[in-house]
Amino acid sequence: MIPLSWYLILAAALFSIGLFGVLARRNAIAILLGVELMLNAVNINLVAFWRYLNPIQMTGQVFAIIVFAVAAAEVAVGLALVISVYRSRKTIVADELDMMKW
Amino acid sequence: MTILFLITAVVILASAMMVVTARNLVHAALWLVVTLFGVAVLYAMLNAGFLAVVQVVVYIGAIAILFIFAVMLTGRQAREKGPGLNRNWWAAALMGIVTFIGLAWMLQGWRGFSQFSNALPSGFESVNELGQALVSPEAYVLPFEVASILLVTALVGAVYIAFNRK
Repeated sequence: MIPLSWYLILAAALFSIGLFGVLARRNAIAILLGVELMLNAVNINLVAFWRYLNPIQMTGQVFAIIVFAVAAAEVAVGLALVISVYRSRKTIVADELDMMKW
Repeated sequence: MTILFLITAVVILASAMMVVTARNLVHAALWLVVTLFGVAVLYAMLNAGFLAVVQVVVYIGAIAILFIFAVMLTGRQAREKGPGLNRNWWAAALMGIVTFIGLAWMLQGWRGFSQFSNALPSGFESVNELGQALVSPEAYVLPFEVASILLVTALVGAVYIAFNRK
């Protein structure tokens, strides 16, 4: 049997790796990949809490499905923005996208 | 069960490290597929069969492929010129480590931290229950509908933003 703590620690490690990716990568698409890792870590937590605390109530799984939908929306809009920026600036390196910097 | 969990955890963390460090973005997206598949295995181990299938179909089938499309549409950026990480990567690594230690410390102080799962009641089908919860007015029909509106809005917005006006 696996205690709940293992899932929580694994999710915390995955979240931290995703956070590192978001903060350290230069490419905008790579930053979005880090966001995906963080969303997955959250989902592991939600499903693990559902199974270990009260599996009769489906709250955890429903919440995880909402997170799926939000992640899909976020990726669609984010990648559309990246493609649009690439068309106008010919680069997607986050450091060089400074047109809103004063 | 324990062996399976440990193997899955090692695969997830190793491929996640490859996602954030791979120089070539196509490789990073493919490593993300490995991570997402490991998470699907975890869902199956937690008796959330429907979520495991949705993870494979939606995340691997749609989102990861969308990433690969975006990498290819942004052309020569795939193999990055210059370093893949920015100058402050050490600060980002420090931030990640501090976040992990903080989360672990906070969780370890919670009294339910090392509890074990109870057996599911006999005849309990999590897919049936989930389906009923999603459409029942006493449960989650409203969040379900709001999520569908969000998806439609986001997809229309994505088409509008990426549309080439020429």
